[in-house]
Amino acid sequence: MNALYVICGIGIFALLAEIFSLKKWISYVALLGLAAAAALIIADWRSISYYFHGMMYFDRVALAFSGLILVVSFFWYWMSSDFFKGDEHVADKSSLTFFVVAGAIMMVAFNNMAILFLGIEILSISLYVLAGSNKQNLFSTEASFKYFLMGSFATGFLLFGIALVYGATGSFNITVISNNTTPVLSSAAIGTQGIPRFYFIGMLLMMVGLAFKISAVPFHQWAPDVYDGAPTPISSFMLTVVKIAAFSAFIKIFAVCFYRYQPTLQMLEQGLMVLTLVVANVAAVAQTSVKRMLAFSGVSQVGYLLLAFSSDGAKSAGVVFYYLAAYSAATLLAFTVIKIVESATGDSSVDKFRGLFKSNPLVAVAMAIALFSLAGIPPLAGFFGKYLVFTLALSNGFLVLTVLAVITSLVGVYYYFKPLIAMTQGEGKILLVSVSDRYLLLILIAINLLMGIFPDIVRVI
Amino acid sequence: MIPIDNYIWLSTVLFSIGVLGVLYRRNAIIIFACIELMLNAVNLLMVSFSNTLNDSRGQVFVFFIMAVAAAEVAVGLAILVMMYRKTKSVDIDILNRLKG
Repeated sequence: MNALYVICGIGIFALLAEIFSLKKWISYVALLGLAAAAALIIADWRSISYYFHGMMYFDRVALAFSGLILVVSFFWYWMSSDFFKGDEHVADKSSLTFFVVAGAIMMVAFNNMAILFLGIEILSISLYVLAGSNKQNLFSTEASFKYFLMGSFATGFLLFGIALVYGATGSFNITVISNNTTPVLSSAAIGTQGIPRFYFIGMLLMMVGLAFKISAVPFHQWAPDVYDGAPTPISSFMLTVVKIAAFSAFIKIFAVCFYRYQPTLQMLEQGLMVLTLVVANVAAVAQTSVKRMLAFSGVSQVGYLLLAFSSDGAKSAGVVFYYLAAYSAATLLAFTVIKIVESATGDSSVDKFRGLFKSNPLVAVAMAIALFSLAGIPPLAGFFGKYLVFTLALSNGFLVLTVLAVITSLVGVYYYFKPLIAMTQGEGKILLVSVSDRYLLLILIAINLLMGIFPDIVRVI
Repeated sequence: MIPIDNYIWLSTVLFSIGVLGVLYRRNAIIIFACIELMLNAVNLLMVSFSNTLNDSRGQVFVFFIMAVAAAEVAVGLAILVMMYRKTKSVDIDILNRLKG
């Protein structure tokens, strides 16, 4: 909880820094604040409690996910220092980033539908602006516009679902809703027996709304376009921090709030999962831009997360946590490389990666490790994440779905290897890598290796 | 007193009109209006449930929805103006540049 105060405080500080001309301090305060907030999460680890009259609930799962969000944001802020530096809007961009992180923590720790709604909106409205922050570029404007339209459309569905569930149970509180079995209002058409039917319609509408947010197929059409069009640092932010927040909100709603209906919901989740795995992986094969390929790969990872979640509900939180940590570490590493290549050559098509092994060994090795981890090759973190997901699904008896997931991950290996092959061939020009980026690459490589070799260090829940 | 069922049907119809509008109209401003219609259908439903259940929480939620919807439209219109300055159009068919 204290972490949330710190994050909001830095967001407001960044806004005020514009007035008091403290702009050059923002990045230091931001990094320090993110590290301090992560430390506060560790300090809170033993105190599990409700806040604001039961509106928010920080249990181990919520604490672990907020910790992950803060650590990922720390490395992300380090990675995208160029995005903030030397820009007249540094204060606005930084404060919006911190409001996104605050919204993400609210989405992780909510215990009331109002907090869920506010968290999603705080996160989304800031991201609409950030996605369009490259005002000279039409693609960036277009991405932000598309994200805005799809985002508010999805919010409409989510809210209608919340309203129907409220009508059936008389509460916005997760605990009350999950324990409710008797109708609170009765009339001629609704009937007086059992839960009214619109409760289930509300549940489905909430699933549609949240499926938009986690970008599961068939609600994914916005995702590749937005990730591709937005400025590269913002894309990586959306692919990591926002995905963690959205998926943990998804888990909390459907495994905690509606746990009674898990057997029915399971079929829907598996339907989403099959579509996501097949469509996203097949679409990624055809991409020529590495950034867009990673956007599709980000969509396909949701399929693996849904496989873990649909097979074991609330117990899958630990596996989902590990998978998201591994995926975020690999994505941040890949996007650091894309940022370096993009700032030197202008775009991120596969051709721009030619000959990188000869000209820039460190950058090429970093990209190779990131892609190996995303493809799930041992001993990297991504392999262990996929291994945990598959064993969880198999131990619950979903053999066919696991086989399907293994096949699609083999398709994944094919498209992840395309930039890798390009890097080994031909001659490339030497890219300029700043000292800070060099250290960041080394640290992220170490994290990817460590998480794969000693997976227990991140298996806290 | 009008039974709650009629309110549920009315707000479902309003919500559906909003959804169909978002899916079928091409003008970005009309789409904004349709999204607002969706949110207002939710508001109507919340208020009528709140009244039937004798519970004030639903009405408090409506205030949150109103405030957030206002913020959302402010940002959305700003993005739309940015878009219009570049393309001189508010038709969403020009959004196909990123496809493929």
